[in-house]
Amino acid sequence: MNALPRERPLLRAGDLSKHYHVGRSVFPAQRRTVHAVDTVSLDIWPGETLGIVGESGCGKSTLARCLVRLTNITSGSLEFEGRDIADASQRQLRPLRRQMQMVFQDPSASLNPRRRVGDLLADPFRIHERLSASEMADRVAELLRRVELSPEHASRYPHEFSGGQRQRIGIARALALRPRLIVADEPVSALDVSIQAQIVNLLADLREEFNLTYVFIAHDLSVVRQISTRVAVMYLGSIVESGPTDLVFATPAHHYTAALRSAVPIPCVDRARRSRQVLKGDLPSPMNPPSGCRFHTRCPASTSICRNERPLLQSIGDGRLVACHHPGGG
Amino acid sequence: MSADAPLLIVEDLTVSFRSDEGLVRAVGGVSFTVEQREIVGVVGESGSGKSQTLLAIMGLVDSPNAIVSGSIRFMGQELIGLNRRALDAIRGRQIAMIFQDPMSALTPVHTIGNQIGEQVRAHEKVSAKAARARAVELLDAVGIANPERVVDGYPHQLSGGMRQRAVIAMALSCNPALLVADEPTTALDVTVQAQILELIGRLRDEFGSAVILVTHDLGVVAEVADRVLVMYGGRFVEQGGKNSVFRTPLHPYTWGLFGSIPPMEGERPARLAAIPGAPPSLSNLPKGCAFGPRCAFRHDACLVQLPVMHGDGHRAACVLPETRRNQFTVRKAAGGEMQR
Repeated sequence: MNALPRERPLLRAGDLSKHYHVGRSVFPAQRRTVHAVDTVSLDIWPGETLGIVGESGCGKSTLARCLVRLTNITSGSLEFEGRDIADASQRQLRPLRRQMQMVFQDPSASLNPRRRVGDLLADPFRIHERLSASEMADRVAELLRRVELSPEHASRYPHEFSGGQRQRIGIARALALRPRLIVADEPVSALDVSIQAQIVNLLADLREEFNLTYVFIAHDLSVVRQISTRVAVMYLGSIVESGPTDLVFATPAHHYTAALRSAVPIPCVDRARRSRQVLKGDLPSPMNPPSGCRFHTRCPASTSICRNERPLLQSIGDGRLVACHHPGGG
Repeated sequence: MSADAPLLIVEDLTVSFRSDEGLVRAVGGVSFTVEQREIVGVVGESGSGKSQTLLAIMGLVDSPNAIVSGSIRFMGQELIGLNRRALDAIRGRQIAMIFQDPMSALTPVHTIGNQIGEQVRAHEKVSAKAARARAVELLDAVGIANPERVVDGYPHQLSGGMRQRAVIAMALSCNPALLVADEPTTALDVTVQAQILELIGRLRDEFGSAVILVTHDLGVVAEVADRVLVMYGGRFVEQGGKNSVFRTPLHPYTWGLFGSIPPMEGERPARLAAIPGAPPSLSNLPKGCAFGPRCAFRHDACLVQLPVMHGDGHRAACVLPETRRNQFTVRKAAGGEMQR
């Protein structure tokens, strides 16, 4: 067997933007636009896990929905295995849905409470494959076993499960058609710490077993660090830094990454206390983002150029891209 | 009351609810003390009883199906069984509470200043004008940038972090001896959480308040607490000084919690040392140790008999002999996974 060609990314986004209009006023002056995702360019390579981190409102969930085209994109390009899907209709996208799936934060909201788990898990097969009832039951049983539930669970309803079990069902459903890409939006944020670790381990096991590529979105930096091979940090709709996980966490180049990392409380009492950078102020409104570098209002290193000129995402040579006029925040 | 007597003494506190499935025991006889100016972190997962313990201290478990028993003595006064009027003289004045969601403590239809002022005037005889001035002062003290403007603003005009500050300002309005905080930073982003944690640390230093901080995040506890209580299945499984608990945790559940948290620096483990299974249902608790069914170290005795916490200082409710625990502590130091 030939080695897989590495030169083509599985998913490629170029200058992807998603704008929302708010305030449906008849007066144009009161109509406003939120740049939820603002010219994001990303390559997602087969086999990697790209972690996307950022605080609430930074656009990471919107980006996730754009990447799998659960929502239309305002501008920019999007290619899946070289195929342009930026403007593809839902009908055209349907065959591609086998290849890319999504796992959501709240499994209770994404599972129909009136249907049995077995039926929910059989849906993908009904839509995409012609299987007999017994084949379908076998596949469902196999799926349940794979996510460490038992085949008997197929006859139960979602409410009979705990949060962690429901997330396993959500993962099983995403896994049903053996996709190549799974976009997981905060898949463990609603779970207790001990359950969170189980799900992170499960996702890592499935990645090995099925050769999956993940986009893993979370606000919890330690979870992202654990599972990702590469990380992208978002602030107000744009990526401010991306690169190999260990590099980004050990020596953040963007000042926002540095502040984010230093804000995470560490469950240890014996480490030398890092001088914590407590960011001042709050996240500016995405409806009215600051000029120049969007982080300059809170950045400890900002100068006049930061106020006037928006920094481009540029390579700093070690596999990292950084959008900062004065990189070297860590 | 002498100056060094504990501020709060809780003894054998039990909170149960009558339900269709029988008696659900949310808190199963917990005892602990809070010293003056002490920050006590209570760690546990959902359903561990940590929030119910707090609500019981505040006298806020008011469901007709609830049964609260035991003793809660605050500055020498018994709170359980106290009538509403007497409680109201204490709540808000000497004990204040902040919640996870600041909007649950703020009404959207009044200005921030009115809400803080109302709280002040409920407990002290001051004019409306003085109350407003006090509100400005408090907003300033909790680090709100332009208190003069915020005082006349409405909650929806503030960000999540600002609202939590405003609620903390309200809680501080009468200079409480004890502040009870239920997951105060869980709904906030990490950069804002860092600001609020810094503020809670300052409360003790500047206002002299003791704090009970309930959280699921061991990192938050490491950051601000003096002492740690670990809760599971409605009981404390481990308690002790923060340094001791973090350096040499004694209970297998605490080990599991530490193993479940992905590290922020150093080597990334191939797998997290997760705890198998799920927390027990409170209506159907195991007979022996509540953690027994999930514990990698259990033996027959654990499933029959409830382990008791002995002694003072750092201690755990576990029958595991000390030698076994020391083995684990050594392995943990070497970065090993928790295995049977």
